[in-house]
Order: sequence, then structure tokens, then C-alpha cells
Amino acid sequence: MSFAFNEDQKLLAESVDRFILDDYSFEQRRRTIAMDGGFDKENWERFGALGWLALPIPEEFGGLGGSTVDVAVLLEGFGRGLVVEPYQSTIVLGAETIALAGSVDQKKSLLEKIAEGNKLISFAHTEPRSRFNLQHVELTATKDGESYKLNGEKAVVHNAETADLIIVSARTSGDIRDKDGITLFLVDPKTEGLEFRSYPTIDGLRASELSFDSVVVDSEQVLGDLNAGLNVLERVIDRASVLLCAEAAGAMDTAVKLTVDYIKNREQFGQPIGAFQVLQHRSVEMLGAKDFSRALTYRAAGLIDEGSPNDRARAVSAAKVEAGLGGKLIGQEGVQLHGGMGMTDDMAIGHFFKRLTMIDALFGNVDFHRRRFSQIS
Amino acid sequence: MELILSSEEEKFRDEVREFVSTEVSEEIRRKTMTGFRLDKEDHESWQKKLYAKGWMAPGWPVEHGGTGWTPMQKHIFEEECAAAGAPPVIAFGVTMVAPVIMAFGNQEQKDYYLPRILRSDDWWCQGYSEPGSGSDLASLRTKAVLNGDHYIVNGQKTWTTMAQHANLMFCLVRTSDEGKRQEGISFLLIDMEQPGVTVQPIKTIDGSVEINNVFLEDVKVPVGNRIGEENKGWTYAKYLLGHERTSIAAVGRSKAQLKRLKTIASAEEQDGKSLIDDPTFREKIADIEISLLALESLVLRVLSDESAGKGPGPEASFLKIRGTEVQQGITELLIEAIGNYAHPFVPESMETGWNEDPIGPEYAASIAPHYFNWRKASIYGGSNEIQKNIIAKAVLGF
Repeated sequence: MSFAFNEDQKLLAESVDRFILDDYSFEQRRRTIAMDGGFDKENWERFGALGWLALPIPEEFGGLGGSTVDVAVLLEGFGRGLVVEPYQSTIVLGAETIALAGSVDQKKSLLEKIAEGNKLISFAHTEPRSRFNLQHVELTATKDGESYKLNGEKAVVHNAETADLIIVSARTSGDIRDKDGITLFLVDPKTEGLEFRSYPTIDGLRASELSFDSVVVDSEQVLGDLNAGLNVLERVIDRASVLLCAEAAGAMDTAVKLTVDYIKNREQFGQPIGAFQVLQHRSVEMLGAKDFSRALTYRAAGLIDEGSPNDRARAVSAAKVEAGLGGKLIGQEGVQLHGGMGMTDDMAIGHFFKRLTMIDALFGNVDFHRRRFSQIS
Repeated sequence: MELILSSEEEKFRDEVREFVSTEVSEEIRRKTMTGFRLDKEDHESWQKKLYAKGWMAPGWPVEHGGTGWTPMQKHIFEEECAAAGAPPVIAFGVTMVAPVIMAFGNQEQKDYYLPRILRSDDWWCQGYSEPGSGSDLASLRTKAVLNGDHYIVNGQKTWTTMAQHANLMFCLVRTSDEGKRQEGISFLLIDMEQPGVTVQPIKTIDGSVEINNVFLEDVKVPVGNRIGEENKGWTYAKYLLGHERTSIAAVGRSKAQLKRLKTIASAEEQDGKSLIDDPTFREKIADIEISLLALESLVLRVLSDESAGKGPGPEASFLKIRGTEVQQGITELLIEAIGNYAHPFVPESMETGWNEDPIGPEYAASIAPHYFNWRKASIYGGSNEIQKNIIAKAVLGF
């Protein structure tokens, strides 16, 4: 396991940092969020042209075959600017699931288009009562001749309203929380019986509640082996969790910098408030939280492509715990040290706080991952 | 978490409980319990009911319209109101400016303002903070220049809570640049409904607009609207801050929120069981409950000192620190409790008149916005860092 960036990774980091600095200011992001669908299609084209969409996609299907660490470098950069484009939905969850579970035909027909920026994917797994339990799938798919009928609900599905294709987990056998019996499907969002209720999320993204009323899906749209979807879900969501931690590391980095800058410049009692040792120590705690979380994240990113399933799960959960705790500390303290200004929508710090908070509430929070870590030996 | 009450106190509690359960409308109760927004009218109609009952100002001396209750009775009253989902009484008039008027105002000011405050005829706001003067309040620069029988006031106030509803503002202004900064400040009552006063809303991170900038441009304020002496305003402001510190602890409200947390944790599912059956989550609730119990005990102690004639000491700052920590701690557990439904943000659904189905459970809509909104509590009213400075200096003698 290497702890240093290689040359390609350094170049990638510079390139994404440059993009954020030049073209993803706080004000630009605000305008982007207000756009139709909640993101900027021109940015997406640019990500395609820069090879960022192709990064983790296997070379034989038009991608660059990048490692998880490579993608983490990109997402850490995205986190610094709170990028809202649907990279997680389309690439980290979508392309990854197709690459892992899809048939050769499915990969051929989809991955290259995704890499070029011509296909958007959404990933619908969470349900209203599933909380963070990956095995909890109530939505059913019942075989009906050469097709399946889907009935049930999916909750908080990011970027569903702009997707060309939605990956849906469904129960094809067994009980609500059984390990076996989960199957993945590729569903056309325009299929009859599939209804959307779309809304903004508190951290500036878009999501939807989906309801399936006898939605007919052809057997050819099954993604991976019948009844064996859980293994795919676990691997995809573990990787997505690490990459989410990488995004958190970037967001924490900016939040710490914004806060330190603020207290160095804000004067009260005739001096910058940053001259008070109490606030210096609290800034140091924030910086430390970011550094430890980031270190653990890259450790997990390295392990995920190489380690055993147990190593992988422990490394991911450890990283998610540290990112959850670090994000909470940095978000709360960042606002507190900004004083009243930190409470205003016009200051960037509050938006970093909101994103960091929602990162904890995605793919399992601190309690969930602490428990998972403790249960794997 | 029950208090041990005497039989008279139990009788009193039952009387309050009976009153609030009949007088708090179902609609208002639903709004406060689900954390939806209360309108100006919701506050005013409740305060008018309290006035009619004679319970608008439990903290006031009887001669001005107070209730003459014991500290325990006041505490019971607050707890019962919060438990029944009554809107919080807006503090700016009855608990903030009124004690200053009583202590330092002239007879004319007392006769005019105090009955109006009891009847909720006016909506007050507080003009203290300025863009350059937050924790260092004494550096404030809004200037009042005497011109015949009027002051001409120019400057900007900020973080002015609910200024959009207010017709009156109690305001700290600079009337002298000589000597110590604290000795050039005066306390004025400013009519908000006059030329030169501009209220500009500030949107906060939770998407709400309850705070404002207030711009004052050549605003005329009669000398008769000054409280006490010129350049003594700092003393009055400090008196105000030292007064009724127990209410900022918000024990009643936190108890009601803790109950709400337990209800929600019971309704939330985790692996087919109730979230409240998860030992880790239960223990986190227990931590907050114990913390709140300690807070309540200190509040009762301070209240009984007050009734024995001892003013609240600087340790009352602990009530602000712990009170806000408990409030924020509960919002943290609430956001954890709702899991994935922390993400959706549909502010319209928290407004009066919304009648579409909620996204996820109805109780979830306000939880993340409240978590973010409630970060204000450790910043306002003298940030918790400033409270610690006060304790360090005044109690520990540093």
C-alpha cells in the first residue's frame, strides 16, 4: 500500500483543483444548483472531455481503468468546491454497478456512452423503512412470462429525475431482510407505472421518492445474477462510501481554511479573534480531524481494490466513522467560529457544514459503521 | 423525569395543564410539535389568552401585573406550556425590555409601555449587535446626536430577530466618543414604523428568514424615548442580560423536545425493530436526559436564590451554556434518528397552508432545518465563549 500520490494522481489533483478555483466558485455553484435538473450540463461535458467520467471505467469498455485511489483524488477535489454534478450517481454507483455485474452486452452498450457523458444513471436502493441496512429490500419483482413486474417504493434517490436509466434493487425471493433474493434491474425512467416525486436536498442536490406500480421490466434488463444482488451492492456501496469520505476530506479542508481565514481577519476587542489561544486550539482540533480522516480514507481506498472482504469492510467503516465525526466537528465549529456570519446563507461555511452533515447521513452514519466495524473480526 | 411536587404545587400544575390544554388550539399545537413555522398571529393570539388569564408576565412584580408565583410555580408553568405545544412567549417585550423600563424608566414610560407589553399591543425587537460589534458589543457605532428634543440616529443593527414583525426596537446607540467605550452608550426606544428605518431580511443556512439587518438613516427619536440617563445605557443593557437568565435555559422546551425525540425514535425502524431499542441510541438519549436533569436542578437553585433576594450570579452563564448544549444535542439526535430522511428539503411543507403529502414521515421535514438553525443558540445572547469568559473572570477571579 502506497501512501504517496503517483505522478498521474498529482496531475489529476492539480487539474481538479484548478477547475474548482477557476470555474466553481461559491457563487457559480449557487447558480448551478438553480439550473434545470440541479446541475450544469456544460460542466458534465467538460468532465467527459477531461476524462474524469472515464476514470474508473475498465479500459476494454472505453474507460481509463483508474483505481479507487485515483477516483478518490478526483472526489477530494470535488469536495473542496462542493461539486453538485451527478458523479456519484452516474459514475461511482451507476457505472461501477454495471462494470461489476453487467453482461458483456450491457457493458458494451452503456459504459462507453457513460464515459463520454452521454448517459446519466441513477441508483435506487434505499427504501422508506430500510434505514442503512443494505439487505432491507421490500420492493418486489415478480416474474411474469419473459418480464418482471416491480411493485414498491424507493427513497431519497439522488439525480433520478435527470437519469436516462435507473438501477433498481428488488426482491425476487425471500423475506424483507434476507441476504439472498435481491436482484438488480436496469429500468427506463419513462416506464409506465413509475412515478417520481422530486425535491431539493438540504445540501443543494436533487433527489426523488420513486413509487413502482406494476412497472414492467424485460428479463434482459436484469443486471447480474438473479437473487445475488447483495454482494454487488455491498461492494459498490463500500467503494462509494470511501469515495464519499474522499469528498468529505476535500470539504473539510476548505471548511477549515475558510474558518481560519475568517478568524484571522475578524476583529473584536481591538484584535483579530484568531489571536485568542482558545480559538487557535479549536482550529487545530479541526485541522487534526481533517488530517486523520483523510489519512484513513486513502488507506481504505488503497485496501478496497486489494484487501480481503473483511479488511475491506473494516477499512471502509473506520473511514466512514472518522469522516462522520470529523465532518460534524468541523461543520459545527466552523459555523461557531464564524459567529453570526456563519449562520447566514451568503457565507460558504454553512454550505460545507450542510454537505458534511448529509455525508454522515448517507450509506450509514457513525453509529452504523461503528457497529459494523465492531462486528467484523 | 418528574419533579417532586407538594400537593399545592400539584394543584397548580393541574390548573395550568387544564388551561393550556383547552386554550392551545389543535392547529398551533400541531405546528409547534412538528416544528413548523408559527405566524405572528399564532404568537399574538396565545399571548392575548395569557393576558386574559393574568399569566402573561409571571416574572414581573405583582404591582405591574405579575403573578406572584413561587419559583417552582414559574418553572411548572413553563414546563406545562412547552409540553402542551404552546408557542413560546416572545421575550423581547415581556422578559427583556420590561425589566429595564421598570428599573430605570420614568413614570410616564412605565405607565405607557408596561400595560401595552402585557396586552401584546407592541412587537419589540432588540437593536444590539452591529456588523462590527458582536461579542465586543461595547464597540458599537450607531450614532445618536441630540438635536433639540430629538436624537438623530444613524447606523446599522444586525441579527435583529423578527424585526420584520416589530413596531418598536430597544436599541443601544453611541451618544459619546469620550472616555471608556462603555460610558458613551445610551438606551433608546425606537419606533420602527417611521421614515429612515429599513428592515432587510437575512436568510440563514436552514433557509429561514427570522433575522434581519436594520438600517437607521436620520431616524428621529424623541428624548422622551431614552431610558434613564444619557451615556448610562451599558449599565441598563447589562442589567437586562443578568435578568431572567433562567428562561434562556429553556428547560420546558427541551423536555418537550426530548419527549418528541423519544416518540420519533420509537416510530423509526432499524432492522425491523424500533430505533429506541438500539442500546447505543438509548444511551445517547440518556446522556442528554441526564444533562437536562442537571440543568433543571441548577435552574431551580438559581430561581430559589432569586426569590430569596439574591440576584442571579455570573454562574447563571452556565444556564445559557448548558441550556443551548442540551437544545443542540437534542437536534443532533433527531437528525440521526430520521436516517435518510434528513436529506429532503421542502421548506414550503413547514408553512401554514401546505396540504400535500409529506416526503417521508411528517415529523421529518423540520428536523434537519432545525438542526442547522439551532446552531445559532451557542452564538446569540452572548456566545458560549463569552459566557465562559464571564465565568472565568467573575467566578474564578482570573
